[in-house]
Amino acid sequence: MCCPGCKAVAEAIAQGGLSSYYRSRTAYAPRATQPVAQADLRIYDRPEVQSGFVRSLGAHERETTLILEGITCAACVWLNERHLGGLSGVLSAQINYATRRAQVRWDDSRISLSAILEQVESIGYRAWPATSANAEQTRRRETRAALWRLFVAGFGMMQVMMYALPAYLADEGSMSEDVSLLMRLASLVLTVPVVFFSAAPFFLGAWRDLRRRRPGMDVPVALGIGVAFGASLFATFTGGAEVYFDSITMFVFFLLCARWLEMRARQKAAANLEYLDKALPLAAHRLRDFARGRQTDEVPALSLRAGDLVLVRAGENCPGDGSVVEGDTECDESLLTGESTPVRKRSGDKITAGSLNRLSPLVVRITHVGEETCVSGVRRLAERASMQRPRIAELAERVASRFVVGVLIFATAAALVWLWVDPSRALWVAVAVLVVSCPCALSLATPTAMTVAVGRLARRGAVIVRAHAIEALAGVTHVVFDKTGTLTEGRFSLVATMPQRGVELDRALAIAAALERDSEHPIATALGAAATDAGAVVACALRNVPGSGIEGSVFGLRHRLGSLPFVAEIAGALQPAEPGRAGATRVWLGCDGRWLAGFDLTDPLRPEAQAVVQRLQADGKRVLIWSGDATAAVGAVARQLGVEDCEAGLLPHDKQARMLALQQQGAVVAMVGDGVNDAPVLAQAQLSIAMGSGALLTQAHADIVLLSGRLQGLVEAIGIAAQTRRIVRQNLVWATAYNVVALSLAAAGLVTPWLAGIGMGASSLIVVLNALRARHEARGTRHEVKASRFFPPRTSHLAPRP
Amino acid sequence: MEILYLLIPLSVVLVFLIGWVFWWSLGSGQFDDLEGPAHRILQDDDGPQ
Repeated sequence: MCCPGCKAVAEAIAQGGLSSYYRSRTAYAPRATQPVAQADLRIYDRPEVQSGFVRSLGAHERETTLILEGITCAACVWLNERHLGGLSGVLSAQINYATRRAQVRWDDSRISLSAILEQVESIGYRAWPATSANAEQTRRRETRAALWRLFVAGFGMMQVMMYALPAYLADEGSMSEDVSLLMRLASLVLTVPVVFFSAAPFFLGAWRDLRRRRPGMDVPVALGIGVAFGASLFATFTGGAEVYFDSITMFVFFLLCARWLEMRARQKAAANLEYLDKALPLAAHRLRDFARGRQTDEVPALSLRAGDLVLVRAGENCPGDGSVVEGDTECDESLLTGESTPVRKRSGDKITAGSLNRLSPLVVRITHVGEETCVSGVRRLAERASMQRPRIAELAERVASRFVVGVLIFATAAALVWLWVDPSRALWVAVAVLVVSCPCALSLATPTAMTVAVGRLARRGAVIVRAHAIEALAGVTHVVFDKTGTLTEGRFSLVATMPQRGVELDRALAIAAALERDSEHPIATALGAAATDAGAVVACALRNVPGSGIEGSVFGLRHRLGSLPFVAEIAGALQPAEPGRAGATRVWLGCDGRWLAGFDLTDPLRPEAQAVVQRLQADGKRVLIWSGDATAAVGAVARQLGVEDCEAGLLPHDKQARMLALQQQGAVVAMVGDGVNDAPVLAQAQLSIAMGSGALLTQAHADIVLLSGRLQGLVEAIGIAAQTRRIVRQNLVWATAYNVVALSLAAAGLVTPWLAGIGMGASSLIVVLNALRARHEARGTRHEVKASRFFPPRTSHLAPRP
Repeated sequence: MEILYLLIPLSVVLVFLIGWVFWWSLGSGQFDDLEGPAHRILQDDDGPQ
């Protein structure tokens, strides 16, 4: 067990008869974050707050969609569903594993929404209401419509092929006129819904493109479908030589498959952004009359206006951007900055929406709420990015659209020539040219390969935020790391202690841990973890002096822990101290008139950093370290990793200038960073990679986010990107070669329509199968460093971590 | 081969029937979560609660 909380949860699970969770889970739940004062969930019970996201189904029956955090495997879904379903008053609880959303219906007279949320929290997960319920509805409608179109096209294709096959196989004259007409009519009946329903998006898209005078891929596709359908319709009723219903349906089906894959990938990327939503609280405490007193009204956060004064209690998130009017506290702004060290906020300071107030109540004058806040802006940016299409896909579209213009000219020319040779065959040759040419192989070649790559990377913890990332990743020559949080953990641990003469080390540690008991500072966590008998000492009258340290009374004696001058104020003259370890941060402990100990803390290397750097160097990439930290610390890390190019003490704009210089030499640079101070250099790099444990703002600006801070994902991503680029090229070469050959044959009048249909289908299929080949990881493993070296198998199964 | 005059129209009717069945299953949400049920079937819910 990692904490008493886990123990309580494990007991609750076992007592509730839910212990089969432990048997069937396939992944560990994320570690509990440091406890923060819990915001009051009861605010969600107020009708005016609920109006935004709760649907009323009857007198007491209510329904809402909750976003669940912490779902890592199917067992979590099961656990949550069973736990919620077993509560009295909950009518139904259904969790969608794919979207991590729970649909909950409950009886308002028997259980409150806040109680439901509390119950989810009690088993170690977090739930918050999905305010974007409308977006959710739209998404579902979109998905269903797309599936329905796909199904109509697929089923139409299969059945039309059934009718077309006999005509291809039968000997001349063995099929009576009537039967063949009947089959054509049946094909027509089934093709009509495919053309007018399934292919409707292509026609609409083509119409939109034409009105904007920017022909995209939809124009040639719509034209191909339209011409082939028109010609077949004409042939059916005039007894013409050939119909192309089978080719049309197949064409539409393959194209819809590609679109479907693309849409799924886009939706998954968008779902990754929803965590930005939860930072903005739904409700706020508005002060009724600031001058007179502190009575507050609970109001929905969105109903706040600029100029309103709100009270933000400890443990709550600020509901909007604003400035502090009263109070002195520390805020966690890691949502925007990634800097988990709390920032001091006093009256007059600006505060951003979503900042977590850690210590004492604040009164904030609101300037921006809702969509106008900084956080919402970030989310919009990231959303827009996820809608972008990769540059290489755009290129393929442009090529394809030119290609189709070429095909049109070519078909017209062929028809003219044949008009002169044999007028009766002219139209059919032209149609054969149109059908056999396969723009869909071209337009499928890239998106399918990209979609496969995005999916594969996401499974390995690398989320592609911007579409061009895969393309850029394949061509990277230089990889630059920012030290803190990327190569290192970004967490402190105790490496050396210097007890003063006559002081027991354990005792000093226990005192330090007791002083830091209530602090969330990374250093406090490290000291708390190092103390063996932390419980033996009790400190009281704790006082936090932001920026300096902490003071408290232990055994009636005033103790201080913190920076050297801060402790020296009570402990007396400076002690001569041995030089600290390279790159270590030192804090001191002292009491009235006496020095007790010094502690050296460092930020250790990530366990996989060494292997990742070696792997990159072995692949011929240059690895550099640019850090804002002190020279000694950076040098130590660089030596340890075998990196020669390292520079320390750089300011953000220094990094940017160096990046520019590198790029002028023709380098394609990938920058791996985690803090907001890296934002300028990340923007300058051709490819920016952010750590999932870092700042959300940085993540929103990055091209790739390595979730759960797995550096290993970078090496794998480069391998996968290179493979994807290879496959895209193969596909384009194949599609071009096929089209050149097929077009010449068709123009020569050598391609019968069924051959044209089969050729087109086969070339699309080859392209798609080649792209799907990347899903099998045989070649990818070459780029992987053995994971087991860094993640030794867990031995302790006795310690469940719910 | 006269049977074809019955079979071909019948197959068209059948296609529309199947289409309707799919439309119904789509509307009832059976395709909303394609991953969960595959895992859920492995859960043993028979034990005493």
